[in-house]
Amino acid sequence: MLELRNVGYLVKDELGEKQILKNVNLTLDERFVAFTGPNGGGKSTLAKVIAGIIKPTEGKIYFDGEDITELSVTERAKKGISYAFQQPVRFKGLTVRDLINIAAGKPLKVGDACAYLSEVGMCARDYIDREVNASLSGGELKRIEIATILARGTKLSVFDEPEAGIDLWSFGNLIKVFENMYKKTQGNILIISHQERILNIADRIVVIADGQVQNEGKKEDVLPKLLAAESCRILTEKL
Amino acid sequence: MDSIQKELLFQVADLHGTPEGAYNIRGNGESVGRNVTANIDIVSKTDGKPGIDIFIKPGTKNESVHIPVIITKAGLQEVVYNDFYIGEGADVVIVAGCGIHNDGENTTSRHDGVHTFHVGKNAKVKYVEKHYGEGDGNGKNVMNPETVVHLDEGAHMTMETTQIKGIDSTKRITRADMKEGANFIVKEKLYTHGNQVADTDFVIDMNGEGCSADVMSRSVAAGHSVQHFVSTMNGNAPCHGHTECDAIIMDKAAVTAAPCLTANHIDAELIHEAAIGKIAGEQLVKLMTLGLTEQEAEEQIIKGFLH
Repeated sequence: MLELRNVGYLVKDELGEKQILKNVNLTLDERFVAFTGPNGGGKSTLAKVIAGIIKPTEGKIYFDGEDITELSVTERAKKGISYAFQQPVRFKGLTVRDLINIAAGKPLKVGDACAYLSEVGMCARDYIDREVNASLSGGELKRIEIATILARGTKLSVFDEPEAGIDLWSFGNLIKVFENMYKKTQGNILIISHQERILNIADRIVVIADGQVQNEGKKEDVLPKLLAAESCRILTEKL
Repeated sequence: MDSIQKELLFQVADLHGTPEGAYNIRGNGESVGRNVTANIDIVSKTDGKPGIDIFIKPGTKNESVHIPVIITKAGLQEVVYNDFYIGEGADVVIVAGCGIHNDGENTTSRHDGVHTFHVGKNAKVKYVEKHYGEGDGNGKNVMNPETVVHLDEGAHMTMETTQIKGIDSTKRITRADMKEGANFIVKEKLYTHGNQVADTDFVIDMNGEGCSADVMSRSVAAGHSVQHFVSTMNGNAPCHGHTECDAIIMDKAAVTAAPCLTANHIDAELIHEAAIGKIAGEQLVKLMTLGLTEQEAEEQIIKGFLH
């Protein structure tokens, strides 16, 4: 269970101050939680705050009741928080197998490492010894990123726009990956997404805009309003 | 051999004891073991220079030659000349390498190996060279390998060189000339730390039609170490040349990469790539989100890069 209390993030630079997040209060313990909202609204920043990559300037974060606000990225990872990057990082020299082994925290048998790749629809044999470098496409990197999170199998997994760039693979498969993941880990899965089909599997939807929680609640309550607003926006644009 | 010598042999040639096939083991300036086969002969030089001549018969397939050098006597300095004559159509693996253990105080142990390869028509050679140094004193370990390669028509040579640890100063010189259809591939891996200095200097002359060369160097410079990489390719005929230097810089180190291409023929196609940079912050963060500490993440990135 993850709890955010009065989380704020203020950035100061030569241009002045900017409040990226303010007064974020959330308690998340559902199977699937979706963060959605306009670009630049603060979703990714909030995900990074949860993973420890960004340190909030205000507020507290609790994970299973423990205050983790001051914990580093590594310490949070060890406590059971995983984070899938929106834009996966490339490594010259490190292979897909290396990354999966690091994620699993131990050297896996080839068959076990391959199983994670197969789950994200990759022919494991072709990829396991490939370097995670620029020779891989954005979509391939994205699926490898998801496979590393599967290999970790933690209590909380945060995915930042997992669907972006996986056009060659279907949404249906991605959703199955999340469902299988939940079956195995029984952990909370937090997904940042704009896609209706992903929002549709969420138990709870949190709308983040202007650095604040604008709306949140059960999917049944939040999604219809979002879709209505979206149709309205498209219509307005067309007119 | 004592345990220190055995360890050095393992580090530079992956050998536990004596190898199979042809070999010559040089220990503290003398030949301490030699074996020849029906196809591979090794003879000591008779012109007064220290070193050996290695003759590989035409058509020899799937055989290997190991010629490791180990120095455990602090302060020993030597220049050794080894000449390889690889017959037409042969296909062999040659493993060289030098390990120095220097426990001396203010002493310099040095091995300069001058290796000349005469690779016959359509012959194929894989040449592996590892350099490794260690020692408990403040003595210095120096290695200056010079590799000269003559590739005959259709000959192919892959050269893999590795220097990972313990060499205070190195000057690596490689010269190659290539005839029609020859192919030369170099994979260099280098890690320097402390106050180490490493100079690498390649000159490759592509003289025959349809020949090709590919020089790939990956290096990590840490501490106060200094690396200098020069790769010169001369395209004197219709040929393909590619040289690539990729370096990670850390701490207070310094790296120079100077690729130099000269086309003397309109159908010479030459490409160079050089990149120097520190480990990207996002790479560290990604591995930290997988549970590694920053230091462990750094080690993994370097290990992978130099793998």
